[in-house]
Amino acid sequence: MESPIRATRILGFIFFSLLFFVCRSAPSHNLLISNAERRIDLTSHIVKVYLTLKVENAGSTPTSEILLAFPPTQVDHLATVEALVTKGKRKKTTLVRLDVKPTELPDVPNGNKYFTIYLANPLSSGESTTLEVLYMFTHSLEPFPAEIGQSESQLVYYRDSALILSPYHIKQQTTFIKTPSTKVESFTRVEPTNRAGTEMKYGPYEDHPPYSFSPILIHFENNSPFPVVEELVREIEISHWGNLQVTEQYTLVHGGARHKGVFSRVDYQSRPTLSGASSLRQLLARLPPRVHSVYYRDEIGNISSSHLRMDSRKSELEIEPRYPLFGGWKATFVIGYGLPLQDFLFESSDDRRYLNFTFGCPLLETVVDKLTVKVVLPEGSKDPSAVVPFPVEQHLEAKYSYLDVVGRTVVVIEKKNLVPAHNSHFQVYYTFKPIFMLAEPLMLASAFFLFFVACVAYLHIDLSIRK
Amino acid sequence: MAAPETSTAAVPTLYTNNALRNAFGGVLAFFILLLIGVMAFSIRLFSVIKYESVIHEFDPYFNYRVTQFLAKNGIYEFWNWFDDRTWYPLGRVIGGTVYPGLTLTAGTIWWLLNSLNIPLSVETVCVFTAPIFSAFASWATYLLTKEVKGTGAGLTAAALLAMVPSYISRSVAGSYDNEAVAIFALIFTFYLYIKTLNTGSLFYATLNSIAYFYMVCSWGGYTFIINLIPMHVLLCIVTGRFSSRLYIAYAPLVVLGTLLAALVPVVGFNAVMTSEHFASFLVFIILHVVAFVYYIKGILTPKMFKVAVTLVVSVGLALCCAVIAVLIALVASSPTKGWSGRSLSLLDPTYASKYIPIIASVSEHQPPTWPSYFMDINVLAFLVPAGIIACFSPLSDASSFVVLYIATSVYFSGVMVRLMLVFAPAACITSGIALSQAFDVFTRSIKFQLPGISSNTEVDAAETSSAPAEAQNGAVKTEKSEETSKNRPSKKSKKKEKEEKPLTKAKAEKKRLLALPLDSSVISLLLLILLGAFYVVHCVWAAAEAYSAPSIVLTSRSHDGLHVFDDFREAYAWLRHNTDVDDKVASWWDYGYQTTAMANRTVIVDNNTWNNTHIATVGTAMSSPEKAAWEIFHSLDVKYVLVVFGGLVGYPSDDINKFLWMVRIGGGVFPHIKEPDYLRDGQYRIDSQATPTMLNCLMYKLSYYRFVETDGKGFDRVRQTEIGKKYFKLTHFEEVFTTHHWMVRIYKLKPPKNRIRGKTKKSKSKTSSTSSRAKRSGTGKKNPWH
Repeated sequence: MESPIRATRILGFIFFSLLFFVCRSAPSHNLLISNAERRIDLTSHIVKVYLTLKVENAGSTPTSEILLAFPPTQVDHLATVEALVTKGKRKKTTLVRLDVKPTELPDVPNGNKYFTIYLANPLSSGESTTLEVLYMFTHSLEPFPAEIGQSESQLVYYRDSALILSPYHIKQQTTFIKTPSTKVESFTRVEPTNRAGTEMKYGPYEDHPPYSFSPILIHFENNSPFPVVEELVREIEISHWGNLQVTEQYTLVHGGARHKGVFSRVDYQSRPTLSGASSLRQLLARLPPRVHSVYYRDEIGNISSSHLRMDSRKSELEIEPRYPLFGGWKATFVIGYGLPLQDFLFESSDDRRYLNFTFGCPLLETVVDKLTVKVVLPEGSKDPSAVVPFPVEQHLEAKYSYLDVVGRTVVVIEKKNLVPAHNSHFQVYYTFKPIFMLAEPLMLASAFFLFFVACVAYLHIDLSIRK
Repeated sequence: MAAPETSTAAVPTLYTNNALRNAFGGVLAFFILLLIGVMAFSIRLFSVIKYESVIHEFDPYFNYRVTQFLAKNGIYEFWNWFDDRTWYPLGRVIGGTVYPGLTLTAGTIWWLLNSLNIPLSVETVCVFTAPIFSAFASWATYLLTKEVKGTGAGLTAAALLAMVPSYISRSVAGSYDNEAVAIFALIFTFYLYIKTLNTGSLFYATLNSIAYFYMVCSWGGYTFIINLIPMHVLLCIVTGRFSSRLYIAYAPLVVLGTLLAALVPVVGFNAVMTSEHFASFLVFIILHVVAFVYYIKGILTPKMFKVAVTLVVSVGLALCCAVIAVLIALVASSPTKGWSGRSLSLLDPTYASKYIPIIASVSEHQPPTWPSYFMDINVLAFLVPAGIIACFSPLSDASSFVVLYIATSVYFSGVMVRLMLVFAPAACITSGIALSQAFDVFTRSIKFQLPGISSNTEVDAAETSSAPAEAQNGAVKTEKSEETSKNRPSKKSKKKEKEEKPLTKAKAEKKRLLALPLDSSVISLLLLILLGAFYVVHCVWAAAEAYSAPSIVLTSRSHDGLHVFDDFREAYAWLRHNTDVDDKVASWWDYGYQTTAMANRTVIVDNNTWNNTHIATVGTAMSSPEKAAWEIFHSLDVKYVLVVFGGLVGYPSDDINKFLWMVRIGGGVFPHIKEPDYLRDGQYRIDSQATPTMLNCLMYKLSYYRFVETDGKGFDRVRQTEIGKKYFKLTHFEEVFTTHHWMVRIYKLKPPKNRIRGKTKKSKSKTSSTSSRAKRSGTGKKNPWH
């Protein structure tokens, strides 16, 4: 095993750097965290971390910014950060969402990256508040062994620190880690460490200076499939005749331990629990209610293994890829559906129209590496602008579809590294004059009219040379 | 329909009435044709409705792939396309070896639609090309039959062709094959030939050569045209029907048509070099000689003419003999006598099974059985003789062509199932004529004998009538007598009508004598309608049930609903996404086109079957024991081997059932594969009685590997028997994918083993075929690298 060696090396390095940085004063050290509790959920391939911080202002000036620090290895996989603050007294507590923004700071130790939480009310001297922070990592479970056979179960590594990385002094902290099953091959002990059933407890640790770090490595079984959509292109086409057509193109890959050697259908069919336990058999897509004309196909035709269940609140599309996906296997497919326009298109107060639609991928428990949302506005619409609740890249394109002359405006929104938490609503505003709806029918009508006129003219003209 | 009373009016009003009736009839015929087109299109959509909009079977996948390439890269790239995805390591020059008509047609349609900003995919265009062209084909049939026997027969023939099962089998939506457009081209060429023959117009003659060019572009069956038309010309000359119209119909076709045909890369110089085309040139010469003789006869006195004939004949015969002798010597010097294998197997039905197993192995090249005639043309088989008789009364140039067409195509359809397709239009045309004539006779008899109509009206009514009773019935389309068809509302024909007036009166008198008794004609009419109804029911059934299955996705109905077997696409999709782009996949040639199109992987052989040796190599590998097969495949750089196995679900056209052809074709080139080794007492079996050669060959092993573990016995549902060898291991192959119903199994070649010290000598003798590998991994003492 080389990992303990690597771990100790990292540990040594961190310790050394700690010594170095502790001596220096960090930017705002008048805050301190009196109590921190962290719960890490490793049951699926999306690592969810719930962090409860009790922040105290020990300085003299009021402050409204609280920093969260992430090591550079984690920040690449960080998909989303949310912060909530509890308000009200005792019984009438409500959670209020706070702004979280990535921040660049000068002279940061170890290339750490920061996120700033902006408090609604500044924290005056001596006061304290409790923050709930939720963040998620993707691609953070490393399969080891990296290649497994059909009947082996999938084991993964998870790397983190037993101590919470923070620019502030933490008085007391505890970390709970939840694994999907009781089968844990090994884990790093940082006393006091307890393990009971599927839960591990690191801590409580008392009085750790800022940037304390203590690497841990957990090697455990995770037989859930790792569905990763490498690329998803969602095209949302608005037709003012009453339909919203959504077409989603997926490139799906099983991101778990790579499949090695033989795939035997006999074993797979006769012993489904033992053989191919981590294979991806089916996916569930949650679509909006009142969905119609759903199709599921790929470049060579319809895929017959899908079921659609509908009720008044949601529609669930259960899809199976053409073949079970083992680690490293890929599949591409397209899901398309129509929706009634009145559920999603509204008029805003300033006489503009806006589309209100969910942003992310409708598949449950799926990571999307790259998402492109294309909103195709009807021909003749002007001044498009998109409002998305998180940072994205945007640009405009033109698309020519059925009998278009000037082309339709397409608002293209791109984002990388998405998790289901990104399935929030976004809006695209535009102006549109209803007269443009009649352009194409009129064009067709006049074309046919001209054709008939030409026919009539031809029948009434004698073109023969002889008389 | 104009009421009968109106025709009792005075003569001048009669003309206007007639004009109105003709105009009305013209509009009616137009709408009937439109509806026939719609019906032809929509009856072929069963496959889309019952299954999905997908390309069918094998060859259409190749055409689809070519069309995709054309749509993506343009026409010039298409002509120069060298395809390295197939016939590895040889490749194939697609632009020069494919009949481009179909792909160019679909590519043009796609380009046109997309330039109008109608974003249909290439696949959609390809799927619907065949139904669109079958509508065109039924319109062309109308035109052709109209030229032969008038509008009524034309409409009937068009309606029959729109739903003839034989043609449906090749042109359902998704059946994107050459025949889909070629049948239209064939009928249209014939129509233009007849039109030229009837009018003597050079305009139509030119159009005819262009239509012929389109046919040459579309299908190898164009040789049928270039032999049938000369035969007809010869027939006309022999029966003394030579005319300048015949000359105009034929001479431009040969000259222009041959020049145009030579433009198609796949035909090229074959248009003048192969025996298939010689008949046309011979007839071309004969036609000129005859024309010359007629010319000379015109300018000389009879006595002088006789002298000239004896002179020319004696000199000419000697010259001809010399030329013919040279020609025969030239032709005989080539091994196939200048004929391609497929044409030869047409002339001599036993030829293919004797010499070319690869042609014989294709099921559509087998002779048809009697039931298949009933299945494919149904009641037309009974109507055809009547139609032929109708063609003889009176025999015109055009009707003699139809007779010749049906006589030759009956023969060809008897040789190959596939050519039933050429026979079907001929059967439709003659049956259309028969039905139309029969209806004509019966309705006229009824009309003559119906009380309350004065004899005065009868004459006119009969003369210009379309059959009103019949049209109201609507089961089969209206007929008009031959005279009316010429009464088109043009200035020219009006003049003609005037002249014909006294003549038609006499004709009508004659017709009155031909009238049948009222009750018998009513009954016969009803019976005919019943026959037509039976035909319609059969055609709809055939279109819906028999011919709409796309064959890449299978369905079966059981008590718990519809069950879908989508294994082929499952396997192809797996290959597409989970193997390396440059990996080579070996399978029997049937699956070559599909593998390249759906899995986008390089194949060793495909359905083009142009290289018999290459196919025989794969056949040999499949029929060899594992080790030898591994060596063959390894030398071909193959990474995956794909076999189709139907034993688990009872899919009968799997590789085990095709296996004897692999043995035959392999044995044809590599004599160490002997068919008797695989047969026990002349019987092909895979149970415990099977020969050891059979039980140890690669195909058996790959098909039945671990099959016994499914039910404990290894019961093969196709062969209805337990397999002979149940437990065995594979040493040189490993299973990498098997589809859900086991219909496709994919194996990977294991990499060559590292040599173990001490076994060096033994393994060296075994792996002698791959010298490069021996160099790399050799650890022998003589190896200079150690």
